[in-house]
Amino acid sequence: MSDSTVLELRDRLKNALLMIDYRTVREVLTGDHPGMTPFQRVEYLIVPVLEQIGTGWENGEYSLSQVYMSGRICEEVVDMILPPSDPSRIRQPKMAIVTLEDYHVLGKRIVYSALRASGYELGNYGQMQASDLVRRVVADRLQILLISVLMLPSALHVKDVVGGLQEAKHPVKIIVGGAPFHFDQQLWREVGADAFGETATDAVRIVHQLMEELA
Amino acid sequence: MNAKPMTPLQRVLTTLGHQEPDRVPMFLLLTMHGAKELGLSIREYFSSADNVVEGQVRMQKKYHNDCFYNFFYASIEVEAFGGQTIFRDDGPPNAAEPVIQKREDILKLQVPDLAKAPGIQQVLAAHRLLKDHAAGEIPIIGVVMSPFSLPVMQMGFEAYFDLIYEAPELFQRLMAVNEAFCVAWANAQLEAGATAICFFDPVSSQTMITPEQYRTLSQPIAKRTIARIQGPTATHFASGRCLSIVDDVADTGTAIIGISADESPAELKAKSNKRLSLLGNLNGIEMRRWTAQDAEAAVKAIIADAGAGGGLILSDNHGEIPFQVESETLQAVSAAVQEWGRYPLKWSR
Repeated sequence: MSDSTVLELRDRLKNALLMIDYRTVREVLTGDHPGMTPFQRVEYLIVPVLEQIGTGWENGEYSLSQVYMSGRICEEVVDMILPPSDPSRIRQPKMAIVTLEDYHVLGKRIVYSALRASGYELGNYGQMQASDLVRRVVADRLQILLISVLMLPSALHVKDVVGGLQEAKHPVKIIVGGAPFHFDQQLWREVGADAFGETATDAVRIVHQLMEELA
Repeated sequence: MNAKPMTPLQRVLTTLGHQEPDRVPMFLLLTMHGAKELGLSIREYFSSADNVVEGQVRMQKKYHNDCFYNFFYASIEVEAFGGQTIFRDDGPPNAAEPVIQKREDILKLQVPDLAKAPGIQQVLAAHRLLKDHAAGEIPIIGVVMSPFSLPVMQMGFEAYFDLIYEAPELFQRLMAVNEAFCVAWANAQLEAGATAICFFDPVSSQTMITPEQYRTLSQPIAKRTIARIQGPTATHFASGRCLSIVDDVADTGTAIIGISADESPAELKAKSNKRLSLLGNLNGIEMRRWTAQDAEAAVKAIIADAGAGGGLILSDNHGEIPFQVESETLQAVSAAVQEWGRYPLKWSR
């Protein structure tokens, strides 16, 4: 498939996602594109388009509702073309995402969808308290943990998760995201995280980098 | 030279008229800090109007605050709809399980009776007590969630966004209930003694929805609601961006806009063109680790940016200062406003 065709498909996909046009999204991603495997559709179409939309949100061009709906729609279509049981899905290193303490879980859902729409399989721990989370991460032998928060006190309690995991001598890379980390760019280091993602796209990029480090 | 300082209310009204008062007014939007003042847990503090009034009175004096901020916690509105609140020791109370578990629940949703909501009644009692303390000199700020933003607590973010895109009729039904509740709740606060209402609308910020969605979905609701609120309003986006929708926000009839630390006060001031006054935009999250010098620099930057000619109330960018911000920092903010906020602002020109 030529570069210009890929670019054209990306444009169609992006516009359809921003307009919440399910039908066109499905047409683009499930259409007859000779020589393009399902995983390549994820890699060459979905990942760059979600990245553009994520960057657009960061720049104030698009809204969080568009980021959320784009991820959700792509996740649904990817589940069709690349089912969770498909061997092409990326399962290693073992990772999971959680909302720490807060009751607003949109940020976690957006990142979860973006990662799954990008071909990753990961656990969804829902909403948990720090001590329960430490026990679960150790039991599941996670290598990467993504933590989403909305409120400052919850962000500060990431420190308790980091401390608990150190005490348990369980090495795990921790990626944090959410409003408190946006408004205080020093906070992720202060709480002992390994990385901070401003957007879901950042989370996908950081996971990819960590995968290479852990390989 | 005017030797007698203005009262906080005179100061605020002058700046809202886009004239320069004696100094930049300062709204330290403190809620949970009152519990620290009284040595109570956050839960205990908000269980009684007397506690909140005592906390607000002490903090107004301590920090030379230009308002009483009679905001308990946001989920007090969800309690009126039959929901529960979860308290924690180090941060704002949160709404527990959504009262709308499935979309069909919206069809059964009724406008709550304020008289039967104990939390609401405590807030109204606090307004009545604060009115005596204010003696017509200190503005009392009441708070409502906008009809468009309340569903985040009523049903959760995800389900709400799905509703907006997938079930427009149920969305309209939910808005009708919330609008009636919001108007009744705001007017009850005004009647009890509030001077103005802070209309919290974070979901309408351009951080959350597109400007087009604001214009078609949210702004008509805000416009209708604000028109029925019988007092002045400040629309607050709770850290969300609003530059692209400033004109539309002004068209709702609101007087003030709460602005994000992510945006430039100067740019917002120019764009609002005296149709709105600005409220903001100290970074409350960073404030936790500010030194006195940091506080002074932040205050000076906002005043230099948007203080000239009035139209600015210095405040934080979220509408609630985090519990973790120390008293010394708040005093440093206050001292900086006293020193650098005096009009005329010769130093900034």
